[in-house]
Amino acid sequence: MTSRLRSSLLAPVLAVVFAAVLCAIVLILSGANPGEALGAMIGQVGEGQIAVDIVNSTAIYMLAALAAAIGFHMNLLNIGIEGQYRVGALVAAIVGGALVLPPVLHWLVILLVAAAAGAAWATLPAILKVTRGVHEVLSTIMMNAIAFGLAAFLIRRDQFGILVGNNVTTKPIPSSGQVPGIDLGDRGTVFGLVFLSVVAAAVYGVVLNRTRFGFELKASGLSPTAAAAGGVNAKKMIVVSLLVSGAVAGLVGMPEILGRDHAYTLNFASGYGFAGIGIALLGRNHPVGIAFGSLLWAFLEKSKGALDNVGVPKEIATIMQGAIVLSVVVAYEIVKRMELAAEQRRVGQATGTAVEPEAAK
Amino acid sequence: MTDTEVDTEAAVVLTGITKRFPGVVANSDVHLTVRTGEVHALCGENGAGKSTLMKILYGMQSPDEGDIEVNGERVSFRSPSDAIKAGIGMVHQHFMLADNLTVLENVVLGAEGLHGIGKKARNRIRGLTGSVGLDLDPDTLVERLGVADRQRVEILKVLYRGAKIIILDEPTAVLVPQEVDELFNTLRTMRADGYTFLFISHKLDEVRAIADSITVIRRGTTVGTVDPRTVTTRQLAEMMVGSELPSPETRESTVTDKVVLQVEGLVLETPDGRRLLDALDLTVHSGEVLGIAGVEGNGQTELVETIMGIRRAAAGKVTLDGQNLTRAGTLARREAGIGYIPEDRTRHGLLLTEPLWANRILGYQTRRPTARGAFIDIAGARRDTQRIVEQFDVRTPGIEVAAASLSGGNQQKLVIGRELSGEPKLLIASHPTRGVDVGAQAAIWDHIRAARHNGLAVLLVSADLDELIGLSDSIKVMLRGKFVADADPATVTPEDLGSAMTGAAQVDESGLLVTGGEQ
Amino acid sequence: MVDVQPGASGVTMTPPPRRQKLPGSLVFTIGVLGVVFVLAMTSYLTGEPALTSSSTMKNTVSLGLPILLCGLGGIWAERSGMINIGLEGMMILGTWGAAFGGYHWGPWMAVVSGMVFGALGGALHAVATVTFGVNHIVSGVAINLLGAGVTKYLTTLIFQPLSDNPRESPPIQQFDTFSVSGLGDWLAGLEKDQRVIISDVAGLVRGLVTGVSPLLIIGILLVVATYVVLWRTRFGLRLRSCGENPVAAESLGVNVYLYKYLAVIASGALAGIAGAALVLGSGVPIYQEGQTANRGFIGLAAMIFGNWRPGGTLAGSALFGYADGLRLSATPEAVHALLYSAVIVVGLLVIWQLYRRKWTTAMLAAVGAVAVYALYYFTDELPQEFLPYAPHIITLVVLALAAQRLRPPAADGVPYRRGEGD
Repeated sequence: MTSRLRSSLLAPVLAVVFAAVLCAIVLILSGANPGEALGAMIGQVGEGQIAVDIVNSTAIYMLAALAAAIGFHMNLLNIGIEGQYRVGALVAAIVGGALVLPPVLHWLVILLVAAAAGAAWATLPAILKVTRGVHEVLSTIMMNAIAFGLAAFLIRRDQFGILVGNNVTTKPIPSSGQVPGIDLGDRGTVFGLVFLSVVAAAVYGVVLNRTRFGFELKASGLSPTAAAAGGVNAKKMIVVSLLVSGAVAGLVGMPEILGRDHAYTLNFASGYGFAGIGIALLGRNHPVGIAFGSLLWAFLEKSKGALDNVGVPKEIATIMQGAIVLSVVVAYEIVKRMELAAEQRRVGQATGTAVEPEAAK
Repeated sequence: MTDTEVDTEAAVVLTGITKRFPGVVANSDVHLTVRTGEVHALCGENGAGKSTLMKILYGMQSPDEGDIEVNGERVSFRSPSDAIKAGIGMVHQHFMLADNLTVLENVVLGAEGLHGIGKKARNRIRGLTGSVGLDLDPDTLVERLGVADRQRVEILKVLYRGAKIIILDEPTAVLVPQEVDELFNTLRTMRADGYTFLFISHKLDEVRAIADSITVIRRGTTVGTVDPRTVTTRQLAEMMVGSELPSPETRESTVTDKVVLQVEGLVLETPDGRRLLDALDLTVHSGEVLGIAGVEGNGQTELVETIMGIRRAAAGKVTLDGQNLTRAGTLARREAGIGYIPEDRTRHGLLLTEPLWANRILGYQTRRPTARGAFIDIAGARRDTQRIVEQFDVRTPGIEVAAASLSGGNQQKLVIGRELSGEPKLLIASHPTRGVDVGAQAAIWDHIRAARHNGLAVLLVSADLDELIGLSDSIKVMLRGKFVADADPATVTPEDLGSAMTGAAQVDESGLLVTGGEQ
Repeated sequence: MVDVQPGASGVTMTPPPRRQKLPGSLVFTIGVLGVVFVLAMTSYLTGEPALTSSSTMKNTVSLGLPILLCGLGGIWAERSGMINIGLEGMMILGTWGAAFGGYHWGPWMAVVSGMVFGALGGALHAVATVTFGVNHIVSGVAINLLGAGVTKYLTTLIFQPLSDNPRESPPIQQFDTFSVSGLGDWLAGLEKDQRVIISDVAGLVRGLVTGVSPLLIIGILLVVATYVVLWRTRFGLRLRSCGENPVAAESLGVNVYLYKYLAVIASGALAGIAGAALVLGSGVPIYQEGQTANRGFIGLAAMIFGNWRPGGTLAGSALFGYADGLRLSATPEAVHALLYSAVIVVGLLVIWQLYRRKWTTAMLAAVGAVAVYALYYFTDELPQEFLPYAPHIITLVVLALAAQRLRPPAADGVPYRRGEGD
């Protein structure tokens, strides 16, 4: 199957190379030196806590990308990951701060709450899609905005917020609810929940390729009509897919909260949702592809500091990310067409039929 | 038999046309001469290359080799507009109409320069509607028109653009015999007015009724041109296929008394309350093939999908071998023993981008050998797919190729092989040989007959009246969501069925069709 | 965009008798009168004059205009069969372009340069989707990412030296507004009198005739132009045919790729003008990061609300603009009073459904009305954290209610490749 592997890698590699060239051109046009920029980006990896930060970020991005990928298999664009992880994190932090439980059980419960809250935030778009035909892109974007409102409301000091110095946070989670990490001294601490990401990716791969549920999910996305004739309940699949996607999204904030902050603060990061979508596209919804894509994304994010140091506007990293997303989907289309034509040629020659294959007409 | 004289009266002359696609040669050295003012038929089986040839003549494709002459002049078309300027118009088999636009808008689209898009255009169209037998306000939305009227709009489109040479691609495919007669009368009138027609069809009886000369094409090349008065339908068919024709006729009756499928009072409604299925009753026994005849759009698709559970019935009961399936979903119905050959395999039967073994799992993801508990059994699926490929003669280099790479006939054989492998009690076959070449068609008929012999009950829906009459043990005619007549395949003719399908037939007290003609 | 349920396949069956369709202008007039009535009643019964004040109206206009223009952009794209989720990104490009052009050359150039920047975004979307066949929505999402990223980059490069702020541009010159002065003063008097209905209408009209910016005129003209071009010209017929049945259009010699390109670029240009309207209509006329606040998507919602027609989109943007505008010009109590209007509207809905004998829907609506009234009664004001998101909540409600009675172009979002017919 090496030809398959080669063709699977071709599009992402092409896309990344193309985006890199594009960014290099942009840099040159704005008076910076691309070589210097690249050097700074790579060089900083060895310093300080950067390497650990990249690993931690990779884990977070992987969760977001898995959430997006689950939706993608059903042709659903879950833009709502942004809102779902915010709600998941906030609710989990509030509950975690309020509960008293023995260790391990405590943070397991918090994780469950996060997933449930994320799924809950995806419920309305799911229902609207199957009952009223509302497109999930629009409804989830609205839910993202409302999530900001909800978060601002819940963190008010008369609700669940506490003033800590200049910051407002939820009640801190006691140590029984904190997940221990791997302490590498002054190199930083690797989040314990990095393993969650790895497990999630593995479960995702197995379920998708080896179970009946995964088969039905993929079939519904490929051809809803054929899947319906094959006994798959399309509406049920849509709802389940969005809810599971929301649940995984709810976990996105957990590595940081359970491993470092121990509370939801005003500084809670945003943007993981769109990153997840881009990575899922880049990694072609494949667990290994997602892992590498997340690594690349994290590397680009963390390089912003280094770019600042050499005087290159750090937004070039954002442009690179956007360019990768666009180039990768274009590259996939091109490669897909080449592949289909090649396969039809092979089949035509092998079977010697003068009959036009249906798709070529 | 090939006519190679270059005639100054020739409207169209095609010489040496060749067209290749990746992996296939669609047309190879095709020669065709059409005289002005004649109805020239182009016959060939599915996949012989007729459509490609016409696309080339109409400018939608360009030939790799060969010449085209129109009215004595060499031409080269880069797009349909060039062909239109040369006076060629095409009426497609699948109508190219936008439902949300009016008749006027559909007709003037692309030709706005001729008479504008307002009053002048409207008047011009009103003038032309008479010659095609259309009796409508040009501002009617196309979605309100029936099939025959839509076809007339298509003809109107080409007349509006000043076409004198008109290509008709399988025009009678969706018409009942009475509508076919009306169409042919229109063609004869227009022919007298100097129009030339190029008529693509594989319905040989009709072709012989209307054509002045017939060219047969097989596997991409012309076999010959004949005068319909000097050949029989049988000879034409053999020219098309190149060998003895298979026939769908079945010999002995294998119908038993055991009721397999029982449908009572089945009702299906649209959201605004219109009945698509109006309290239908039917029974299929083990070893019986029940055929459903009817013009497309009268509820056959809905009937099949409701029995399969894809659509939800508003009322009624469906029982399979004593098991009440009325509330069950599609998966449960399949597990109970129903196999389903959908009318559109690309949309309802296959995952085109997936390999053949993945397609084997579709519909069987809860059963051996393709599944084990909550997991799918990929090795089992691969083994069984290999078996189907061998047993059903699916021509493919392997089971890892995507389903889209197979030809229509081979895709259908795969689907049938899959649906018969679950050892079903009931097989629902909806247009099972549509878009399938003659060789595969014969094989499919054999498989259905063999399964019937083993006690399978079959519900057959088909627009091919010969197939329906030849395979069925009993026939019901469907019109507007109701069964309006029963027919005995031993005595009924396609004309009788055609009358019944449009509601023009007579029926005796027991609902049996009063047949008119000889076999 | 919206999954409409597949209709019955009865081709030869007689189609159902169509209910008499009222002419669009009549529907529009009834709608406007109805809205004015409901608002006036609410204002009177809850004692909140802000609901129909002229300042609220002015805010409605300045906030609704960007939404309207995005909605029009959506119409152009979708009528040709192209889904344009990237309107948000194109609008962001438009705000940047407007600030850049406006800073150097004044407000008119701001509009032009905003339009150009938006059109560039449209061109990129067109290349990806039309030429390369990329999924429309994915491409739109990518454009949104790119739009945000590129403008951020350009701001640090070009604006930061001028404004000292990596997230903002320096202020630009705004349009001179004009008013119909005599009329305006008379209406101001009426408005102050606080008489039922008369004052409300006066307030609403006054907001429309005083302090009018050329952008409003441009917006209305574009609405009319969209209708005329798309429904009354040859160009428009061809463009719409690409969205209804591109294969048929191709068979008739229409260059489908060309029309799709033009439509998507026009769509981007309109989104760019929307960005310019946003910048020029703000209290402080600058480019600001995050300025668009998802208005591109609300524009799409307005388009769906308007059934893909310019008149309906105008109505939808007025609705969303009003929700946005009220928040700015009124106290939280006034927004709270809107709940009361919601009760009135749902109440009317209940009566209508009872008339049509749809018992379950009527009952659900009645339950909804009671719930909303309870919310109104038991709270003094809505939590202000949610107020900025009132338009988004309303969008959800609109989408949920409106989605099924609509008719998007038949081939909307369907990927098209030349020669794929038959």
